[in-house]
Amino acid sequence: MLVTAAYAAGAEHATENSFPPFDSSTFSSQILWLAITFGLFYLFMSRVVLPRIGSILETRRDRIAQDLNEANRLKLESDQAFAAYEQELAEARSNAHEIAQTARDEAKADADAERAKVEAEVAGRLEKAEAEIAAVKSKALAEVDAIAVDTTSAIVEQLIGGSVTKARVTAAVKAAAEGRE
Amino acid sequence: MANDPIHQFQISKLIPIDVGGLDLSFTNSSLFMVATVAVASAFLFLTTSNRGMVPSRMQSISEMGYEFVASMLRDGAGSAGMRFFPMVFSLFMFVLVANLLGMFPYFFTITSHIIVTFMLSLLVIGTVVVYGFWKHGLGFLKLFVPSGIPMVLMPLVVLIEVISFLSRPISLSVRLFANMLAGHITLKVFAGFVTSLGAMGALGIGGAILPLFMAVALTGLEFLVAFLQAYVFAVLTCMYLNDALHPGH
Repeated sequence: MLVTAAYAAGAEHATENSFPPFDSSTFSSQILWLAITFGLFYLFMSRVVLPRIGSILETRRDRIAQDLNEANRLKLESDQAFAAYEQELAEARSNAHEIAQTARDEAKADADAERAKVEAEVAGRLEKAEAEIAAVKSKALAEVDAIAVDTTSAIVEQLIGGSVTKARVTAAVKAAAEGRE
Repeated sequence: MANDPIHQFQISKLIPIDVGGLDLSFTNSSLFMVATVAVASAFLFLTTSNRGMVPSRMQSISEMGYEFVASMLRDGAGSAGMRFFPMVFSLFMFVLVANLLGMFPYFFTITSHIIVTFMLSLLVIGTVVVYGFWKHGLGFLKLFVPSGIPMVLMPLVVLIEVISFLSRPISLSVRLFANMLAGHITLKVFAGFVTSLGAMGALGIGGAILPLFMAVALTGLEFLVAFLQAYVFAVLTCMYLNDALHPGH
Protein backbone atom coordinates (compact mmCIF):
# COMPACT_ATOMS: atom_id res chain seq x y z
CA MET A 1 0.00 0.00 0.00
CA LEU A 2 2.84 2.26 0.94
CA VAL A 3 4.61 1.47 -2.27
CA THR A 4 1.60 2.19 -4.47
CA ALA A 5 1.02 5.45 -2.62
CA ALA A 6 4.63 6.35 -3.21
CA TYR A 7 4.29 5.59 -6.89
CA ALA A 8 1.18 7.67 -7.25
CA ALA A 9 2.60 10.66 -5.41
CA GLY A 10 5.93 10.21 -7.13
CA ALA A 11 4.35 10.60 -10.53
CA GLU A 12 2.76 13.81 -9.37
CA HIS A 13 6.03 15.21 -8.03
CA ALA A 14 8.10 14.05 -10.95
CA THR A 15 6.34 16.51 -13.18
CA GLU A 16 7.59 19.42 -11.07
CA ASN A 17 11.21 18.32 -10.68
CA SER A 18 12.94 15.33 -12.17
CA PHE A 19 15.38 14.88 -9.26
CA PRO A 20 13.59 14.47 -5.91
CA PRO A 21 16.50 15.37 -3.55
CA PHE A 22 16.66 18.84 -5.12
CA ASP A 23 12.90 19.38 -5.16
CA SER A 24 12.63 22.35 -2.82
CA SER A 25 8.87 22.00 -2.43
CA THR A 26 9.46 19.04 -0.08
CA PHE A 27 12.08 20.85 2.05
CA SER A 28 9.70 22.49 4.53
CA SER A 29 8.00 19.25 5.40
CA GLN A 30 11.29 17.38 5.68
CA ILE A 31 12.82 20.07 7.91
CA LEU A 32 9.78 20.09 10.19
CA TRP A 33 9.58 16.34 10.60
CA LEU A 34 13.33 16.01 10.97
CA ALA A 35 13.26 18.63 13.73
CA ILE A 36 10.39 16.84 15.49
CA THR A 37 11.78 13.32 15.21
CA PHE A 38 15.42 14.18 15.85
CA GLY A 39 14.44 16.49 18.70
CA LEU A 40 12.45 13.72 20.38
CA PHE A 41 15.24 11.25 19.71
CA TYR A 42 17.77 13.63 21.26
CA LEU A 43 15.60 14.14 24.33
CA PHE A 44 15.02 10.42 24.75
CA MET A 45 18.73 9.68 24.36
CA SER A 46 19.94 12.40 26.72
CA ARG A 47 17.24 11.87 29.37
CA VAL A 48 16.69 8.12 29.40
CA VAL A 49 19.00 5.93 27.37
CA LEU A 50 22.42 7.49 27.86
CA PRO A 51 22.14 7.95 31.65
CA ARG A 52 20.97 4.36 31.85
CA ILE A 53 23.83 2.88 29.81
CA GLY A 54 26.22 5.21 31.61
CA SER A 55 25.06 3.96 34.98
CA ILE A 56 25.29 0.32 33.84
CA LEU A 57 28.90 0.86 32.75
CA GLU A 58 29.67 2.86 35.90
CA THR A 59 28.29 0.13 38.15
CA ARG A 60 30.27 -2.50 36.30
CA ARG A 61 33.48 -0.44 36.47
CA ASP A 62 32.96 0.11 40.20
CA ARG A 63 32.28 -3.55 40.71
CA ILE A 64 35.41 -4.55 38.82
CA ALA A 65 37.50 -2.01 40.71
CA GLN A 66 36.05 -3.29 43.99
CA ASP A 67 36.79 -6.91 43.06
CA LEU A 68 40.32 -5.98 42.06
CA ASN A 69 40.83 -4.20 45.37
CA GLU A 70 39.52 -7.22 47.22
CA ALA A 71 41.84 -9.49 45.26
CA ASN A 72 44.77 -7.18 46.00
CA ARG A 73 43.91 -7.16 49.68
CA LEU A 74 43.72 -10.96 49.80
CA LYS A 75 47.02 -11.22 47.94
CA LEU A 76 48.63 -8.83 50.42
CA GLU A 77 47.27 -10.90 53.28
CA SER A 78 48.59 -14.13 51.87
CA ASP A 79 51.96 -12.46 51.22
CA GLN A 80 52.08 -11.37 54.82
CA ALA A 81 51.17 -14.83 56.05
CA PHE A 82 53.90 -16.31 53.87
CA ALA A 83 56.44 -13.78 55.17
CA ALA A 84 55.48 -14.59 58.78
CA TYR A 85 55.84 -18.29 58.05
CA GLU A 86 59.27 -17.72 56.51
CA GLN A 87 60.37 -15.69 59.48
CA GLU A 88 59.20 -18.32 61.95
CA LEU A 89 60.99 -20.97 59.95
CA ALA A 90 64.21 -18.94 60.03
CA GLU A 91 63.83 -18.40 63.77
CA ALA A 92 63.28 -22.07 64.41
CA ARG A 93 66.31 -22.88 62.29
CA SER A 94 68.55 -20.46 64.20
CA ASN A 95 67.18 -21.78 67.53
CA ALA A 96 68.02 -25.32 66.52
CA HIS A 97 71.49 -24.23 65.54
CA GLU A 98 71.96 -22.50 68.87
CA ILE A 99 70.81 -25.54 70.82
CA ALA A 100 73.17 -27.76 68.90
CA GLN A 101 76.03 -25.34 69.47
CA THR A 102 75.36 -25.23 73.24
CA ALA A 103 75.21 -29.01 73.44
CA ARG A 104 78.45 -29.26 71.54
CA ASP A 105 80.14 -26.67 73.77
CA GLU A 106 78.93 -28.41 76.93
CA ALA A 107 80.16 -31.80 75.75
CA LYS A 108 83.47 -30.30 74.87
CA ALA A 109 83.79 -28.60 78.25
CA ASP A 110 82.94 -31.89 80.02
CA ALA A 111 85.52 -33.77 78.00
CA ASP A 112 88.13 -31.09 78.69
CA ALA A 113 87.46 -31.19 82.43
CA GLU A 114 87.66 -34.98 82.45
CA ARG A 115 90.92 -34.94 80.57
CA ALA A 116 92.39 -32.27 82.87
CA LYS A 117 91.44 -34.31 85.87
CA VAL A 118 92.98 -37.49 84.48
CA GLU A 119 96.08 -35.63 83.43
CA ALA A 120 96.44 -34.09 86.92
CA GLU A 121 96.10 -37.50 88.52
CA VAL A 122 98.66 -38.99 86.20
CA ALA A 123 101.01 -36.08 86.84
CA GLY A 124 100.60 -36.59 90.63
CA ARG A 125 101.45 -40.24 90.36
CA LEU A 126 104.41 -39.46 88.17
CA GLU A 127 105.72 -36.97 90.69
CA LYS A 128 105.32 -39.44 93.52
CA ALA A 129 107.10 -42.13 91.58
CA GLU A 130 109.91 -39.74 90.73
CA ALA A 131 110.24 -38.73 94.38
CA GLU A 132 110.38 -42.38 95.37
CA ILE A 133 112.99 -43.08 92.72
CA ALA A 134 115.02 -40.06 93.90
CA ALA A 135 114.79 -41.25 97.52
CA VAL A 136 115.82 -44.77 96.57
CA LYS A 137 118.59 -43.36 94.43
CA SER A 138 120.00 -41.04 97.19
CA LYS A 139 119.75 -43.89 99.72
CA ALA A 140 121.55 -46.17 97.35
CA LEU A 141 124.16 -43.52 96.66
CA ALA A 142 124.69 -43.00 100.41
CA GLU A 143 125.14 -46.79 100.83
CA VAL A 144 127.53 -46.74 97.87
CA ASP A 145 129.70 -44.24 99.80
CA ALA A 146 129.72 -46.43 102.92
CA ILE A 147 130.54 -49.53 100.84
CA ALA A 148 133.27 -47.57 99.05
CA VAL A 149 134.77 -46.50 102.39
CA ASP A 150 134.63 -50.11 103.73
CA THR A 151 136.06 -51.48 100.51
CA THR A 152 138.79 -48.84 100.42
CA SER A 153 139.83 -49.41 104.01
CA ALA A 154 139.83 -53.16 103.36
CA ILE A 155 141.96 -52.69 100.19
CA VAL A 156 144.29 -50.25 101.94
CA GLU A 157 144.70 -52.71 104.87
CA GLN A 158 145.50 -55.48 102.45
CA LEU A 159 147.96 -53.30 100.50
CA ILE A 160 149.83 -51.62 103.32
CA GLY A 161 149.14 -54.11 106.03
CA GLY A 162 148.20 -51.51 108.54
CA SER A 163 145.04 -49.81 109.41
CA VAL A 164 144.08 -46.35 108.46
CA THR A 165 141.62 -44.19 110.33
CA LYS A 166 138.18 -44.22 109.03
CA ALA A 167 138.09 -40.44 108.73
CA ARG A 168 141.00 -40.35 106.34
CA VAL A 169 139.51 -43.07 104.16
CA THR A 170 136.20 -41.23 103.97
CA ALA A 171 137.94 -37.98 102.99
CA ALA A 172 139.96 -39.76 100.33
CA VAL A 173 136.89 -41.50 98.86
CA LYS A 174 135.06 -38.23 98.83
CA ALA A 175 137.94 -36.48 97.03
CA ALA A 176 138.17 -39.31 94.51
CA ALA A 177 134.43 -39.22 93.87
CA GLU A 178 134.56 -35.43 93.39
CA GLY A 179 137.51 -35.72 91.03
CA ARG A 180 135.69 -38.32 89.01
CA GLU A 181 132.66 -36.27 88.67
CA MET B 1 8.90 3.50 -14.07
CA ALA B 2 9.81 0.49 -11.96
CA ASN B 3 13.30 0.55 -13.42
CA ASP B 4 13.85 4.24 -12.85
CA PRO B 5 16.77 4.37 -10.38
CA ILE B 6 15.71 7.83 -9.19
CA HIS B 7 12.21 6.76 -8.30
CA GLN B 8 13.21 5.38 -4.90
CA PHE B 9 14.00 8.91 -3.73
CA GLN B 10 10.53 10.20 -4.57
CA ILE B 11 8.73 11.85 -1.70
CA SER B 12 5.01 11.19 -1.44
CA LYS B 13 2.51 12.78 0.91
CA LEU B 14 0.85 10.30 3.23
CA ILE B 15 -1.09 12.87 5.28
CA PRO B 16 -1.24 16.23 3.52
CA ILE B 17 -0.83 19.14 5.95
CA ASP B 18 -0.78 22.69 4.67
CA VAL B 19 -0.17 25.58 7.06
CA GLY B 20 -0.49 28.99 5.46
CA GLY B 21 0.75 27.83 2.10
CA LEU B 22 3.68 25.97 3.69
CA ASP B 23 3.72 22.27 2.92
CA LEU B 24 4.23 20.39 6.20
CA SER B 25 2.76 17.09 5.06
CA PHE B 26 3.53 13.83 6.76
CA THR B 27 5.37 12.08 3.92
CA ASN B 28 7.07 8.75 3.41
CA SER B 29 10.27 10.56 4.45
CA SER B 30 8.59 11.62 7.70
CA LEU B 31 7.37 8.08 8.19
CA PHE B 32 10.91 6.74 7.95
CA MET B 33 12.24 9.44 10.25
CA VAL B 34 9.70 8.25 12.79
CA ALA B 35 10.67 4.64 12.05
CA THR B 36 14.37 5.44 12.48
CA VAL B 37 13.79 7.11 15.82
CA ALA B 38 11.43 4.35 16.94
CA VAL B 39 13.77 1.51 15.97
CA ALA B 40 16.87 3.15 17.46
CA SER B 41 15.09 4.18 20.66
CA ALA B 42 13.36 0.84 21.12
CA PHE B 43 16.56 -1.10 20.56
CA LEU B 44 18.61 1.01 22.95
CA PHE B 45 15.83 1.15 25.52
CA LEU B 46 14.77 -2.50 25.49
CA THR B 47 18.23 -4.04 25.34
CA THR B 48 19.37 -2.11 28.39
CA SER B 49 16.21 -2.60 30.43
CA ASN B 50 17.71 -5.52 32.36
CA ARG B 51 20.69 -3.42 33.44
CA GLY B 52 22.67 -6.67 33.54
CA MET B 53 25.98 -6.69 35.34
CA VAL B 54 26.97 -9.31 32.79
CA PRO B 55 25.47 -7.94 29.56
CA SER B 56 23.39 -10.02 27.20
CA ARG B 57 24.42 -9.97 23.54
CA MET B 58 21.96 -7.25 22.67
CA GLN B 59 22.83 -5.20 25.71
CA SER B 60 26.50 -5.37 24.82
CA ILE B 61 25.69 -3.99 21.36
CA SER B 62 24.12 -0.94 22.99
CA GLU B 63 27.06 -0.62 25.35
CA MET B 64 29.50 -0.93 22.46
CA GLY B 65 27.70 1.88 20.65
CA TYR B 66 27.90 4.01 23.78
CA GLU B 67 31.58 3.37 24.37
CA PHE B 68 32.40 3.66 20.66
CA VAL B 69 30.93 7.16 20.47
CA ALA B 70 32.29 8.12 23.89
CA SER B 71 35.87 7.18 22.99
CA MET B 72 35.49 8.83 19.57
CA LEU B 73 34.40 12.06 21.24
CA ARG B 74 37.06 11.89 23.94
CA ASP B 75 39.80 11.32 21.35
CA GLY B 76 38.47 14.01 19.05
CA ALA B 77 37.53 16.77 21.45
CA GLY B 78 39.04 15.84 24.80
CA SER B 79 37.16 15.18 28.03
CA ALA B 80 35.64 18.69 27.87
CA GLY B 81 33.81 17.52 24.76
CA MET B 82 31.81 15.00 26.78
CA ARG B 83 29.13 17.65 27.38
CA PHE B 84 28.20 17.15 23.70
CA PHE B 85 28.01 13.40 24.10
CA PRO B 86 24.18 13.15 23.86
CA MET B 87 24.23 15.18 20.66
CA VAL B 88 27.04 13.21 19.00
CA PHE B 89 25.52 9.91 20.10
CA SER B 90 22.07 10.91 18.80
CA LEU B 91 23.54 12.03 15.48
CA PHE B 92 25.55 8.84 15.09
CA MET B 93 22.65 6.57 15.98
CA PHE B 94 20.15 8.51 13.91
CA VAL B 95 22.32 8.48 10.78
CA LEU B 96 23.39 4.85 11.29
CA VAL B 97 19.87 3.51 11.79
CA ALA B 98 18.52 5.68 8.95
CA ASN B 99 21.22 4.37 6.60
CA LEU B 100 20.67 0.76 7.66
CA LEU B 101 16.88 1.01 7.38
CA GLY B 102 17.41 2.37 3.88
CA MET B 103 19.06 -0.93 2.95
CA PHE B 104 15.72 -2.76 3.12
CA PRO B 105 14.07 -3.08 -0.28
CA TYR B 106 11.23 -0.58 -0.80
CA PHE B 107 12.30 1.38 2.27
CA PHE B 108 12.93 5.07 1.96
CA THR B 109 16.42 6.37 2.80
CA ILE B 110 16.00 9.69 4.57
CA THR B 111 19.73 10.47 4.44
CA SER B 112 19.60 10.37 0.64
CA HIS B 113 17.95 13.80 0.72
CA ILE B 114 20.36 16.67 0.95
CA ILE B 115 18.06 18.82 3.01
CA VAL B 116 18.09 16.23 5.80
CA THR B 117 21.87 15.85 5.88
CA PHE B 118 22.28 19.61 5.48
CA MET B 119 20.03 20.26 8.48
CA LEU B 120 22.00 17.77 10.56
CA SER B 121 25.30 19.38 9.60
CA LEU B 122 23.82 22.84 10.26
CA LEU B 123 22.95 21.58 13.73
CA VAL B 124 26.60 20.61 14.22
CA ILE B 125 28.06 23.84 12.82
CA GLY B 126 25.42 25.90 14.63
CA THR B 127 26.39 24.23 17.90
CA VAL B 128 30.06 24.89 17.18
CA VAL B 129 29.48 28.58 16.43
CA VAL B 130 27.05 29.25 19.27
CA TYR B 131 29.07 27.36 21.86
CA GLY B 132 32.36 28.81 20.58
CA PHE B 133 31.17 32.42 20.93
CA TRP B 134 29.38 31.73 24.20
CA LYS B 135 32.44 30.09 25.76
CA HIS B 136 35.28 32.15 24.29
CA GLY B 137 33.56 35.35 23.16
CA LEU B 138 35.52 36.98 20.38
CA GLY B 139 38.43 34.68 21.27
CA PHE B 140 36.60 32.11 19.17
CA LEU B 141 37.78 34.04 16.11
CA LYS B 142 41.32 32.87 16.93
CA LEU B 143 40.13 29.75 15.12
CA PHE B 144 40.78 31.62 11.89
CA VAL B 145 44.18 32.96 12.96
CA PRO B 146 46.67 30.12 13.34
CA SER B 147 49.64 30.95 15.53
CA GLY B 148 53.18 31.05 14.18
CA ILE B 149 52.32 32.41 10.73
CA PRO B 150 54.29 35.36 9.27
CA MET B 151 52.25 38.57 9.12
CA VAL B 152 52.71 38.73 5.35
CA LEU B 153 50.86 35.47 4.87
CA MET B 154 48.24 36.23 7.49
CA PRO B 155 45.47 37.65 5.26
CA LEU B 156 45.77 34.72 2.89
CA VAL B 157 45.76 32.14 5.67
CA VAL B 158 42.79 33.77 7.38
CA LEU B 159 40.91 33.80 4.10
CA ILE B 160 41.63 30.11 3.58
CA GLU B 161 40.60 29.28 7.14
CA VAL B 162 37.32 31.18 6.76
CA ILE B 163 36.52 29.48 3.47
CA SER B 164 37.37 26.08 4.94
CA PHE B 165 35.13 26.79 7.93
CA LEU B 166 32.24 27.88 5.73
CA SER B 167 32.58 24.85 3.50
CA ARG B 168 32.33 22.47 6.44
CA PRO B 169 28.53 22.24 6.64
CA ILE B 170 28.43 21.74 2.88
CA SER B 171 31.09 19.05 2.78
CA LEU B 172 29.63 17.34 5.84
CA SER B 173 26.15 17.16 4.37
CA VAL B 174 27.10 16.46 0.75
CA ARG B 175 29.41 13.59 1.77
CA LEU B 176 26.65 11.69 3.52
CA PHE B 177 23.96 12.59 1.01
CA ALA B 178 26.06 11.73 -2.07
CA ASN B 179 27.25 8.44 -0.65
CA MET B 180 23.76 7.26 0.16
CA LEU B 181 22.31 8.54 -3.10
CA ALA B 182 25.03 7.09 -5.31
CA GLY B 183 25.07 3.77 -3.50
CA HIS B 184 21.33 3.31 -3.81
CA ILE B 185 21.31 4.35 -7.46
CA THR B 186 24.13 1.92 -8.30
CA LEU B 187 22.39 -0.87 -6.48
CA LYS B 188 19.14 -0.14 -8.28
CA VAL B 189 20.86 0.03 -11.68
CA PHE B 190 22.58 -3.31 -11.25
CA ALA B 191 19.43 -4.92 -9.89
CA GLY B 192 17.57 -3.45 -12.88
CA PHE B 193 20.10 -5.08 -15.22
CA VAL B 194 19.31 -8.45 -13.68
CA THR B 195 15.58 -8.18 -14.41
CA SER B 196 15.89 -6.59 -17.85
CA LEU B 197 18.55 -9.10 -18.99
CA GLY B 198 16.59 -11.96 -17.45
CA ALA B 199 13.61 -10.99 -19.56
CA MET B 200 15.67 -11.53 -22.73
CA GLY B 201 15.59 -15.32 -22.70
CA ALA B 202 18.18 -18.01 -22.06
CA LEU B 203 21.17 -15.95 -23.14
CA GLY B 204 19.93 -13.03 -21.10
CA ILE B 205 19.63 -15.17 -17.98
CA GLY B 206 23.24 -16.24 -18.45
CA GLY B 207 24.26 -12.63 -18.88
CA ALA B 208 22.25 -11.58 -15.83
CA ILE B 209 24.50 -13.59 -13.55
CA LEU B 210 27.23 -10.96 -13.59
CA PRO B 211 25.05 -8.01 -12.49
CA LEU B 212 23.42 -10.32 -9.96
CA PHE B 213 26.79 -10.94 -8.34
CA MET B 214 27.52 -7.25 -8.57
CA ALA B 215 24.23 -6.47 -6.83
CA VAL B 216 25.07 -8.92 -4.04
CA ALA B 217 28.57 -7.49 -3.63
CA LEU B 218 27.27 -3.92 -3.74
CA THR B 219 24.73 -4.74 -1.05
CA GLY B 220 27.60 -5.78 1.20
CA LEU B 221 29.50 -2.64 0.27
CA GLU B 222 26.44 -0.50 0.96
CA PHE B 223 26.14 -1.92 4.48
CA LEU B 224 29.77 -0.93 5.01
CA VAL B 225 29.10 2.53 3.57
CA ALA B 226 26.01 2.89 5.76
CA PHE B 227 28.12 2.34 8.86
CA LEU B 228 31.16 4.20 7.58
CA GLN B 229 29.25 7.35 6.69
CA ALA B 230 27.57 7.44 10.09
CA TYR B 231 31.03 7.03 11.62
CA VAL B 232 32.59 9.73 9.43
CA PHE B 233 29.74 12.08 10.22
CA ALA B 234 30.24 11.55 13.95
CA VAL B 235 34.04 11.81 13.77
CA LEU B 236 33.88 15.08 11.86
CA THR B 237 31.30 16.35 14.35
CA CYS B 238 33.81 15.60 17.12
CA MET B 239 36.58 17.41 15.27
CA TYR B 240 34.43 20.49 14.68
CA LEU B 241 33.33 20.50 18.31
CA ASN B 242 37.01 20.40 19.24
CA ASP B 243 37.38 23.72 17.43
CA ALA B 244 34.58 25.19 19.53
CA LEU B 245 36.22 23.92 22.73
CA HIS B 246 39.83 24.80 21.87
CA PRO B 247 39.78 27.49 19.17
CA GLY B 248 43.49 28.41 19.53
CA HIS B 249 44.59 25.32 17.54
